[in-house]
Amino acid sequence: MKFWDWGYTLEILPALLRASIVTIEATILGFVIAATLGLALAILRMSQNRWVSVPTAAFVEFIRSTPILIQIFFIFFVFPEFGIVLPAFAAGVLAIGVHYATYCSEVYRAGLENIPKGQWEASTALNLSPYVTFRDVIIPQAIPPVVPALGNYFVALFKETPLLSAIAVLELMQTAKILGSENFRYIEPITLVGVFFLIMSLAAAWLIRRLESLLDRSLRNPGR
Amino acid sequence: MSDKANGPVVRFEKVTKRYGALTVLDALDLEIAPNEKVSIIGPSGSGKTTVLRMLMTLERINDGVIHVDGEPLTHMQKGGGLVPADERHLRRVRGKIGMVFQHFNLFPHMSALKNCIEAPVNVLDLPRKEAEARAAELLDMVGLGDKKGHFPSQLSGGQQQRVAIARALAMRPKVMLFDEVTSALDPELVGEVLNVIRRLGTEHNLTMLMVTHQMGFAREFSDRVCFFYGGRICEQGTPDELFGSPRQERTKQFLSAVLEAG
Repeated sequence: MKFWDWGYTLEILPALLRASIVTIEATILGFVIAATLGLALAILRMSQNRWVSVPTAAFVEFIRSTPILIQIFFIFFVFPEFGIVLPAFAAGVLAIGVHYATYCSEVYRAGLENIPKGQWEASTALNLSPYVTFRDVIIPQAIPPVVPALGNYFVALFKETPLLSAIAVLELMQTAKILGSENFRYIEPITLVGVFFLIMSLAAAWLIRRLESLLDRSLRNPGR
Repeated sequence: MSDKANGPVVRFEKVTKRYGALTVLDALDLEIAPNEKVSIIGPSGSGKTTVLRMLMTLERINDGVIHVDGEPLTHMQKGGGLVPADERHLRRVRGKIGMVFQHFNLFPHMSALKNCIEAPVNVLDLPRKEAEARAAELLDMVGLGDKKGHFPSQLSGGQQQRVAIARALAMRPKVMLFDEVTSALDPELVGEVLNVIRRLGTEHNLTMLMVTHQMGFAREFSDRVCFFYGGRICEQGTPDELFGSPRQERTKQFLSAVLEAG
């Protein structure tokens, strides 16, 4: 038996590439949830109203302190008991998105808290509403400095997507597992999955660096 | 209504501000008439900046009432009595006041023009075109007509402060507050900012209240000068009275110390 079978590799490649689309979709959708919900959580957590800020903080700490796999299982297996039935893909994406939203919210919070007090005071003096203050003054200044940290979570989230195989989402890992068991050969499919993640992570890191320098030029040092 | 027209535009009534055990303002009474130019001087920690910050609603007061243009700012009428103001009331009355800060506090990610239209478009609901035309006029007035597209980081401190003045004026306040607006500037840039304030004083119907360390300017520009000490007005009068023949020992000490320092 050969250590590495190129014929077999080529045979399983199309199926793995199709599955990689599911992985990429899960990553992007998950991160959209993480990035938007994370910002909302960060803002709610800064609220002057303790009835808002304390429960938000508790939620963030709870999600951050429990394993993501349990959350995936909870949404997929326990939610239906309460009448909320989600397909595996949706449940998985939701779980990963919410989990990473709590991490992103801490990143946003750091960015928001770094905005000088004078910006808030100028906004008050100009009578801007809290909504306009966040939208036009605070958020555009708070986000560019935290893009690198958000980018790290993007890559981390991407690398967590194999967890979705636990609820039988046909993403890359699950597909590799199935191919392996069908053909009694695991070395090629599992290795290919690893290589795919390596390449995609490196590509994502490069993209994030590009985005960072772009934002740096247009927002952090405007006009330069 | 006659009361509103002739009465003081700003009135502090027994206003007290404490930070923990420290009393910054102690039952302050202060009235400012329409179009009056009042300077506040005094040693640091005497509560001068706090007066402006409370009027701008950046600080809550612990006791007393502040009235602006005949109506309470910090409180609102409800069921025949005064209750602490809610956000809606604050926003309505706050619109009558504009403030210029020591450190400019321009929005760094917006051009000079955008800084000046942000609030008019979003708060006064002015059409963008109109807001831009008015902002351009104001920037012309402060001598920055050619810098509309520049960002704060591309402007000198004096220019930034003049944009900040234009930005505050764009909201058409009745009362303008100037909080040590030249303290953060290099000495050679102080003049251009004071010139703008001077012009505002003569060409616009504005009530102006400024905290300043520029004694020369306070003397020349103000109708009245208040010397603050220990959270109270220790002495006040016309500039000639206060600078020419101060009555209180504290005032004399302060003035001689400041004038000695140049």
